[in-house]
Amino acid sequence: MDHPAFVQHALLLSLVLFGLGTLGVFLRKNVITVLMCVELMLNGVNVAFVAFSRAAGTLDGQVLVFFVMVVAAAEAAVGLAIVIALHRTKDTLDLDAFSLMKG
Amino acid sequence: MFELQTLDMVLPFAILLLPLGGFVVLALFGEWIKRDKEDAGAGYLACATVIASFALAAWTTARLYGLVAGPAGLRFSQPYLGFEWMEVGSFRIPFSLLVDPLSSVMMLVVTGIGSLIHVYSLGYMAHDDDRPRFFSYLNLFTFFMLLLVLGGNLPLLFVGWEGVGLCSYLLIGFWYRKDSASAAGLKAFVVNRIGDAGLILGMIFIFHAFGSLDLVDIADNAGALAPERLWEWGPVTIACLLLFLGATGKSAQIPLHVWLPDAMEGPTPVSALIHAATMVTAGVYMVARLGPLYHQSETAMLVVAVTGATTALMAGTIAVVQNDIKRVLAYSTVSQLGFMFLAAGVGAFGVAIFHLYTHAFFKALLFLGSGSVIHAMSGEQDMQRMGGLRRKIPWTFGTFLVGTLAISGIPLFAGFYSKDEILAAALGTGHPVLFGIALFTALLTAAYMARLLFLTFFGEFRGGREAEHHVHESPWSMLAPLVLLAAGSVVAGYALFPMAHEGAVHHVRLPEVVQPAFRLPGQALHHLPWLPMVATASALVGILIAWYLYLSMPELRASLASALRPALRVFRAKYYFDHVYDAFVRRVVVGGSDTLLWTRVDAGLIDGAVNRAGTLTGAMAQTLRPVQTGFVRHYALLVLAGAVAIVSYLLWS
Repeated sequence: MDHPAFVQHALLLSLVLFGLGTLGVFLRKNVITVLMCVELMLNGVNVAFVAFSRAAGTLDGQVLVFFVMVVAAAEAAVGLAIVIALHRTKDTLDLDAFSLMKG
Repeated sequence: MFELQTLDMVLPFAILLLPLGGFVVLALFGEWIKRDKEDAGAGYLACATVIASFALAAWTTARLYGLVAGPAGLRFSQPYLGFEWMEVGSFRIPFSLLVDPLSSVMMLVVTGIGSLIHVYSLGYMAHDDDRPRFFSYLNLFTFFMLLLVLGGNLPLLFVGWEGVGLCSYLLIGFWYRKDSASAAGLKAFVVNRIGDAGLILGMIFIFHAFGSLDLVDIADNAGALAPERLWEWGPVTIACLLLFLGATGKSAQIPLHVWLPDAMEGPTPVSALIHAATMVTAGVYMVARLGPLYHQSETAMLVVAVTGATTALMAGTIAVVQNDIKRVLAYSTVSQLGFMFLAAGVGAFGVAIFHLYTHAFFKALLFLGSGSVIHAMSGEQDMQRMGGLRRKIPWTFGTFLVGTLAISGIPLFAGFYSKDEILAAALGTGHPVLFGIALFTALLTAAYMARLLFLTFFGEFRGGREAEHHVHESPWSMLAPLVLLAAGSVVAGYALFPMAHEGAVHHVRLPEVVQPAFRLPGQALHHLPWLPMVATASALVGILIAWYLYLSMPELRASLASALRPALRVFRAKYYFDHVYDAFVRRVVVGGSDTLLWTRVDAGLIDGAVNRAGTLTGAMAQTLRPVQTGFVRHYALLVLAGAVAIVSYLLWS
């Protein structure tokens, strides 16, 4: 059993990573950067999973992390494909250029 | 229940399905058969199916009457079970046919007369390019008519009933390029719909009362119902009156008779087959078939009898003033159907069927004869342009004369016997007024038929020299059916049906043949020695009047016409039925729609509600539209805000 302080530090790291990712998603304009920020958010969550797993002494959290990593890989593949498609239609990756859903 | 032999199961279905097969082949391959314009293949096929159907019907009847090998003894009322048509809980309708003396007579009439008219059509329609369509309709009609008379329960009867209505519509409007023909077809269809609504409602009442729609069940159990006296409005009375509404539509009785004279727009064989011999008698058949039920309601019986007598008289008076040869016959048909309903209404169902049977012969004969006249006149139907045709078309004249004598009720001809029995039944059951009306109508019948005969075949030709040159006798395919029908019009009145009973063959008259179907004791015939003489005298007087007015002293006609002008005006206007209906439709239906139903209720209320709902939704959407910016970032922000909101709620609630 690890020291409680370790869990707190790990959670703090997780929060920082997640927050950075969230900010990036909302503030950056480049599609690829946004995608990377999403990955950052996912990894922030992963850190939290591992920390809780260590604290609780079970493997559940670590198993979940593997799931998240698989899903993240798939998401990256699909996301990058979409990025290519977007670039082909508008010759730019500026998110503000894509507003076809405007009501 | 007897052990059913396989043959008895199969035969009725074969009778029924042969004409349907003919229809299917002609409908699918008619165009292909038609390639060669002179080719009559379509007609031969249609004739073959109906004649084969007639042969099977005769065989079935012989088995039914115990004349040829089969289970010994008379076998009545045997439903031939096929398969279930529909089954909903306890409500089941089997696809069952009923072969009993009544339906055997009907199917013989339908297929027998039908065969002759099919053959006649070969000649009559020879110059029409649309023969496959014509013969396919005729075959389809024969199928539905057989279904109507053979159907073992009311829903099956109703299917046949609607089917013949459809074929009637199709055949009236056969020459659809003529506006009046398609209008007449439409009128027949719409008027019949009114009656059919009554038929459906009547069936519902019957199901409510019996829990079954099987014709045998109804006939067997009707006697157990409490009889309803005059002006007692029990379920039986209401059911019978509703069903009779259907009969007035199909059989052209007041007030729904208006379609039949217009139906003469169809080809003449159609008028003979559908609008004289078979379909229009469906109402009489239905009332007779449900005779045991009608017998329980005095009100319904009285309504049937009075309607029949009134219609007979009214149509007879209209027929006197018509100039179109086919319209005279059309009103004559309405009038004779009135006679049949009069007979049914006084309880003489067997006599009604008897008159139906003799009428089928001589009215088909008269219609086909008029077709032969029209054929000879190259399409002319106005009797005022005919005259003196008896030497030019002697065969047509001879057979037409037989038909005229038969319908007028001259002794030794078929119509005399059946009409005599109707008169006797009316008098014998204590309806002297109805008897008087019927006797006078018999006089009228003789008068207008003699008038038709004199105008067409006697005197001088009035159609002009060129038309006179064209007059020609019809081909054998048209004359042969005429001769056969003429023979039938003579002997049908006293033809006896051989029936085996307990080893011996008896010869039975038609009213007694069908009597078991009514579950009533056979009525003792009222032998009034003076009645046949009076009936014959009235017929002769009618013919004499026509003789005087049209041949002997035509100058009398003008003075008589001026004396009777008000009455003649009413007759010519056909008692203003069409005017009243027209005014009703114009004022009440069209006018009411214009001012209230269409503009206020439909356009205002119903459309208004729908349109309001639409505009309301649109307005709401318009105000909420800006929420959709199209930027992914905004959507994601909302997702985040939502997630935060939910998590905060879970944490701090």
